[in-house]
Amino acid sequence: MVGNPNAGKSTLFNALTGLNQKTGNYSGVTVDRYEGKFSYAFQNKLFYFSVLDLPGLYSLYPKSNDELIACTTLLDENENIDVVVIVVDATNMKRNLLLATQVIDLKFKTVVVLNMIDEANHQNIKINIKGLSEILGVPIIPLDSRHQQGLVDLKEAIFHANQSQSIFYDLNTEAIKEKKDYRNFISSTIKSTTQPQTIENADKVYRFNIINYLLAKYVKSPEQLSQKEMSSKIDAVATHKIFGYALLLFILFLVFQLIFFISESPMNWIEQFFLQIGNYVHNTLPHGQLNDLLVNGVITGISGVVMFVPQIAFLFMFIGFLEDSGYMARASFIMDRIMRPFGLNGNSVIPLISATACAVPSIMATRSIKNLKERLITIFILPLISCSARLPVYTLLISVLYPSNTFLGVFNTKGLVLLAFYFIGFLVSLLTAFILKKIIKTKESSFFIMELPVYRKPQLKSIGILVYNKVKVFISEAGKIILAISIVLWFLSSHGLSKKYQILEAQAQDIQANPVLIDKAETLKVIEKQKLEHSYIGELGHWIEPIIKPLGFDWKIGIALLTSFAAREVFVGTMATIYQSGDTDNEEGIKQKLLNETDAEGNKKYTSAVCWSLLLFYAFALQCMSTIAVVKRETKSWKWVFMQLVFLSVLAYGSAFAAYQILS
Amino acid sequence: MKHTTTLSELKLGQSAIIRSFKNEALSSKLIDMGCLPGELITISRTAPLGCPYIIHVSGYELSLRKAEAMTVMVETLS
Repeated sequence: MVGNPNAGKSTLFNALTGLNQKTGNYSGVTVDRYEGKFSYAFQNKLFYFSVLDLPGLYSLYPKSNDELIACTTLLDENENIDVVVIVVDATNMKRNLLLATQVIDLKFKTVVVLNMIDEANHQNIKINIKGLSEILGVPIIPLDSRHQQGLVDLKEAIFHANQSQSIFYDLNTEAIKEKKDYRNFISSTIKSTTQPQTIENADKVYRFNIINYLLAKYVKSPEQLSQKEMSSKIDAVATHKIFGYALLLFILFLVFQLIFFISESPMNWIEQFFLQIGNYVHNTLPHGQLNDLLVNGVITGISGVVMFVPQIAFLFMFIGFLEDSGYMARASFIMDRIMRPFGLNGNSVIPLISATACAVPSIMATRSIKNLKERLITIFILPLISCSARLPVYTLLISVLYPSNTFLGVFNTKGLVLLAFYFIGFLVSLLTAFILKKIIKTKESSFFIMELPVYRKPQLKSIGILVYNKVKVFISEAGKIILAISIVLWFLSSHGLSKKYQILEAQAQDIQANPVLIDKAETLKVIEKQKLEHSYIGELGHWIEPIIKPLGFDWKIGIALLTSFAAREVFVGTMATIYQSGDTDNEEGIKQKLLNETDAEGNKKYTSAVCWSLLLFYAFALQCMSTIAVVKRETKSWKWVFMQLVFLSVLAYGSAFAAYQILS
Repeated sequence: MKHTTTLSELKLGQSAIIRSFKNEALSSKLIDMGCLPGELITISRTAPLGCPYIIHVSGYELSLRKAEAMTVMVETLS
């Protein structure tokens, strides 16, 4: 299936295949590959078809990454394409027919879909389908993919499809004659980078001349199109210098609400659900290694993956509405001038805002940024935005930093510092984007020649399938990396090489089994702490102490830094275990322990230098395995993951180092 | 009186006929999008900060930046 962007191709694809889809990869690129299946009954036999929905493109002379993939895939003989379905927007035929005539010239068996025919009818556009079909030499199926009418006709036409006998290129073109036919010619232009633009422009102008003739003969459209007038009225508000930004601000506010607050309850339910399962498994299976692996490794890991589903679902539901309605292009339009100096795109705004809740769904949302460079820059800087997992860390450290809570008698100090860290996050991310813009070189040129589709009512089914696909891809691709890392982390923190660890393990079991011990819980907590200290991760914490010493961190913080790689908020829990402050949810307890902590000479350990250093470290460090997993999935390369990890680690280390050295 | 200028020089709401392109690489993309010589083009909106523009061409709306509009030579209508 090929067609222009906004021709309703995906909606048609969804209508044809429903949930019979799978999302894959084109090798080596960041573009998703959508494949699906449908069946067609002919003479009492059922035939199955597999459909490939190619990325949208405007012509066979690719101008972007997406277009290049669509072209090369279409011409790839290994794809075994039997029939090409060209999707044409009936309300915008002139531009859509350019691609259609090109694809017809490739001499596949071809069917043309005249999509959104209901809108064309509504607009009083009269199309002589029979006449047009005769000239194009292929069946034309009028279709209303929003209401699924004509799907059976389309399947029938695909089943009986034939090559067109018509030719739309200029037979006198030397360059095409040289290559024998249009398909060979296009194959060679895609591969060569030296092809002069004049030949391709001449080809397109020649086609447009034919198209203008065809439109004059077979299509009658009124001077003023009511739907376009309607769009224009909405645009008067949506791109207005005050109302436009007010509307965008309101939409961003909704995004923020959705993934910050509305997702909270479902996330809690998921957490509780998996805790219950964990408890059940823990109590049912015999105690031992396997039990521990299942409960604390696997189930906790799966819980950590599923936890992201509400945020991803809500965000993409919203993005689906914005994209399907046509608003996204307007948001991009009014933000372009503001974001451009930073190497970002108008479409970077929604990911940037949703990253204040969580970088994971936001990185997935960068899919709407079509320019590869701008998309990579956005992905690169998103983890710098202060996310909600940093909040517990910030709150704890700020309360250690300022135990009493007022500043100048009026202001809430904690609030002020917290706000400052949000600002730091945004500022550093913009600065980073600015620098990356200068460094990154891509072949793709940055232009902003973008279609503004007319506003349309979004379609729930399409949005539902979008959300379903996003969640599925996240769980199956990023999920497995997250699960693997959490099992590794579980192993490292619950196993130890040393004798001491084995002894502690045995002690813990004895205490567990002892029915008469009075302060069992307290004793177990002591052992739990010692076990952590002597586990692999504990050893690692000791081992990295010389490296983090210049930042003012000791091995205890070292351990917390390592465990919080699972998710930043784990820092608080680990500190609670190390300092045996009891209830891990009780921030007050840990705060007191940290305040009372002293070094060998009896000096306060958590000085303001240490606190600031830690705060800055958590502001910048990529302490989040889920982000790493999702960046890998979205950029389809470990190279970007590695560069991001190194950059953010250097930034975190450097700023923590500077803060500690200056303040202490 | 007719005169030749660049698309970026047009006033809001003003129409003109596309004549030629100054940048070869951009011209191909513009033609893909239906901006071809001889076509009527109208500036229908500008973004709040003066750039990009929304132009009306070939029966639909297209946005482009000022720098891109500067590469399009147009002939104004009398």
